[in-house]
Amino acid sequence: MKRVAIVGYAQHPILKNAGALNEVELIMPVVHQLFNDLGISQKDIDFTCSGSCDYLQGAAFAFVEGLSAIQTNPPIKESHVEMDAAWAMYESMLKIQMGDAETALIYGFGKSSPGDLDAIISLQMDPYYISPLWPDRVSLAALQARVLLNQNIITQEQMLATVMEARTNSKNNKNALITDLIDESDYLNNPMVSSPLNKLDCPPISDGSSAMIIASEEKAYEFTDHPIWIEGIDHRIESSNLGSRNLATSNTLQASMKQLNLKNIKFDVAELHTQFSHEVPFLKFLLNLQDVPTNLSGGPLVGNVMMCAGLDAVGKTYESLKDNQLTHGLAHATSGPCLQHNMLVHLEAKK
Amino acid sequence: MSAEDTPKDYSESPINLEYFYTAGSATTRFLNQVKEGNIVGQGCPKCKAVYVPPRGSCPRCGVATDIEVPLTDKGCIESFTVVHIPIPGNPIVPPYVCAMIRLDGANISFLHLIQDIDIEKIRIGMRIRAVWKPQEEWTHSLENIKWFAPIDEPDVDVATLRFQES
Repeated sequence: MKRVAIVGYAQHPILKNAGALNEVELIMPVVHQLFNDLGISQKDIDFTCSGSCDYLQGAAFAFVEGLSAIQTNPPIKESHVEMDAAWAMYESMLKIQMGDAETALIYGFGKSSPGDLDAIISLQMDPYYISPLWPDRVSLAALQARVLLNQNIITQEQMLATVMEARTNSKNNKNALITDLIDESDYLNNPMVSSPLNKLDCPPISDGSSAMIIASEEKAYEFTDHPIWIEGIDHRIESSNLGSRNLATSNTLQASMKQLNLKNIKFDVAELHTQFSHEVPFLKFLLNLQDVPTNLSGGPLVGNVMMCAGLDAVGKTYESLKDNQLTHGLAHATSGPCLQHNMLVHLEAKK
Repeated sequence: MSAEDTPKDYSESPINLEYFYTAGSATTRFLNQVKEGNIVGQGCPKCKAVYVPPRGSCPRCGVATDIEVPLTDKGCIESFTVVHIPIPGNPIVPPYVCAMIRLDGANISFLHLIQDIDIEKIRIGMRIRAVWKPQEEWTHSLENIKWFAPIDEPDVDVATLRFQES
């Protein structure tokens, strides 16, 4: 494996409703900020890859217009994933492994405010048996939460603690959308959206964008004195048939952990793409993160830009390692209902 | 074969999603001017290309087009096609002409109608000018222009309109 490092990351302030700003106007500032921070331009980038979802914009091939945010003349090598931009990072990683590129720009963008996110997300389900029922994202998450509670894998108290902690941690995150603190009675008096999940267990509707630059070992030090290395990256997906999955565990995450040999690594920090409160104690249990500071940025509960939040987990882990001189970080990105598709990224700062 | 055994070739699952679409801040500035009967393109601060209608960025340079460039409603036909097929709901009776309109001072063209001339006389490079709806009907739309009509000026060699990078 060629060694690859993250050399920069930028995030747009997460907005409840970006209003008149279109997607290009959201992407451009973060890409420019990243270039300015590193003192580089598009000409220093070998490969550009974005993550977005046309259903969020309600227009076919909307991601092509997103390209107007970056300099495409002279012509660039470019690709797109109809997924969270964490998978755009994965594709960029492959591109570098193949020797086709030494540097890559990754960006993700999403506006959830213009449409009905519940309806949009239900279209990712199996089109014959499930999508026609229009299951909304909260109800699907609630299925898993109920299984986990019933089997005593997590507790309601852990969910409450997760919600309160996310808001406390939002002070570490200058781009967080939700920053107000709550107490126990606020939580307990909130009406259920889909039992056992109330509104505070769910992420806010969010608009925004993020960008990241990764580079091979040869190039990384040209960009920064403090690259953070991608020591391991692995992603696996479970069946699209919800009924054939065991929602009380994640075979794929366990396989990824094994593949990345994470058992004996003492993580200093973790950022998880946990959109619902019950997912935090569940993943901390599965990933052996009980004693690891997790989601110090507040995580998706304080700002959940669709198609970015996974990349943001990687970006926030990168920032934690870099800013606090820590060594090992674990980032997690997810896609699909009930943590169907998961990516783990092991980041390491070289001492 | 019983009804249950009959193979089903398809199932219907209609999808309808509603969006609150926003044009973007740059296009909003443009449309506000169109409402007043003005065509204001936007220029790239780096390569100086002028975009109309503007989308807020210069895809050539990847920067915001923050220079407002007032244009006239005169230009030329960069390309055109004769439409013979009726489109359901479209009030215009075929045959009619759709053309790529290149306004004077702009570096990209946009699609609009050509009228007030015999179709066989329409040609690339022909000088044209907007025919506006009555002012009281103006909205935030390029439909404020009914169509473009020829004007009595010498043709333009469209090859000369090609963008020259400065």
